[in-house]
Amino acid sequence: MMRRIALTLVIVMMACGAKPAAAERLVVSLSNHRVAITSSFVGEDLVLFGTIEPDAVKTALRSAYDLVVTVTGPRQTLRTRRKQRVLGIWVNVDSREFVRVPSYLAILSNRPVGQITQQDTLRRLQIGLDNFLLPQRIGPDLADTVRDDPFRLAFVRLEIQQALYSEIGSAVTYLTPTVFRTAIPLPADVPTGNYTIDVKLFADGAIVARTNSALEVTKTGFEQYVADAARDHGLLYGLATMLMALLTGWIASVVFKRD
Amino acid sequence: MQIYLPIADMPVNIFLVLGMGLAVGYISGMFGIGGGFLMTPLLIFIGVSPAVAVASVASHIAASSFSGAINYWNRRALDLALALMLLSAGIVGTATGVWLFTTLRALDQLDLVIGLSYVTLLTIVGGLMIYESVRAVMRARHGLPATIRRPGSHTWLHGLPFKLRFKRSKIYVSAIPVWLIGFIIGFVGAIMGIGGGFLLVPMLIYFLRVPTATVIGTSMVLTLITMASATVMHAATNHLVDAVLALILMVGGVVGAQFGARTGQKMQGERLRLLLGLLVFAVGLRFAYALVVQPDDLYSIRHLGGE
Repeated sequence: MMRRIALTLVIVMMACGAKPAAAERLVVSLSNHRVAITSSFVGEDLVLFGTIEPDAVKTALRSAYDLVVTVTGPRQTLRTRRKQRVLGIWVNVDSREFVRVPSYLAILSNRPVGQITQQDTLRRLQIGLDNFLLPQRIGPDLADTVRDDPFRLAFVRLEIQQALYSEIGSAVTYLTPTVFRTAIPLPADVPTGNYTIDVKLFADGAIVARTNSALEVTKTGFEQYVADAARDHGLLYGLATMLMALLTGWIASVVFKRD
Repeated sequence: MQIYLPIADMPVNIFLVLGMGLAVGYISGMFGIGGGFLMTPLLIFIGVSPAVAVASVASHIAASSFSGAINYWNRRALDLALALMLLSAGIVGTATGVWLFTTLRALDQLDLVIGLSYVTLLTIVGGLMIYESVRAVMRARHGLPATIRRPGSHTWLHGLPFKLRFKRSKIYVSAIPVWLIGFIIGFVGAIMGIGGGFLLVPMLIYFLRVPTATVIGTSMVLTLITMASATVMHAATNHLVDAVLALILMVGGVVGAQFGARTGQKMQGERLRLLLGLLVFAVGLRFAYALVVQPDDLYSIRHLGGE
């Protein structure tokens, strides 16, 4: 009895975790691992290159591959609110808290994710904005809701409007059948912090290889200096800003003195 | 030319912000007000988060009111005693306002309260100013003498106890209305992120009968002190003051204010009050419109914090 259970377990584990015998390897490279926000920063497109290689020398490559690149920004907690008319004016009446969701989320693929694999695989691997886990605080628990929950829909829609969330089904292009590139669009108000890049390779609707990379968005130079000062030395920073205001006012009154 | 704002975390066009500073500065110099009630909504409109806008505008107003206050000080058109008296109550009002601000923000009703306060205050004050100045203009047109301030006239406010004499303004009034006005200005300023000059000036004129000669200078001193301390308080507690944004606004603001002041001095008092009344009323209506008309998007997102 025990042996049969153990055997079943092994088979299940092999089916889930083990890679097919003729495995591929993914090698990716990012144009830049550190995005510096300077005073002239207006957003940037980061380029990700990659190749699909056979794991062993003799294994043949398959004819068609699909790629999904998921870029996830630092986690944030956000509240989505809904207005409703109360006594003739529009008031926030209802809200949902989205806990530790990505501040930036881009899902880039060579064709729409729905065409790459079945729905349950997409769901399991959290591929696509519809399938990405966005936990809400529901009472004492944290859980993602159904896909057509109005708050979830509104949240994703607003994030897309701000160019912080995106799902582009034509973003990955093949240079040769095994060399691909994609551009990660970082908007001007991209959140600072650490980003993870997860690249998944599919063949015939099954995941065959997976790799990841990372990038960091930081302020540099003067921008970082100001931001650090404001955060770490708030009082001094405030006094300095106040003095700057008084100085500007004083200079103006001297420059424009009429008599 | 785009420049990245380190605290607002977004790039803006430097000339657009400079232009906004100039335009609001011109208006503020012309009417002797801080202009926060115009600048804060403008910044929110170009995408700066409301919290950063309110905090950064404070230092912009401090700059333009300091520049103005120096001019009035040199002309001795400033009642320091009255300003300090108003201020002492204003601090209590600000503290109450900041407390309410935090509470309402937690309840997600801050936008509503800000909107309602703008509508109520701006339409009432604007409407009263239009009414009063139209009457004054009509009187002048019919050749009647403009008698805004009758030296011997007293209202019930003058019957209150704790009387104080303010020499520079040549008034002798009870401390109660002075304190009350100071409290209201401080309270409203903290909630709405404005200096309150457009409220204070008419209140001082109509309730306390402060002569026009000293009213603007006095209002500017009060605005200067509240906004300078608001800058420091916002920076120390919320870390939301964007110094780069503030500097661009200030430079535009102080230059605009100088030109505005010249235009203002050439205009008749009633005309000036009528214009300001119309402006205040229009901004009030704009806020009323936003509250009553169904918004394009019923949903909105608020950031609660990072990792």
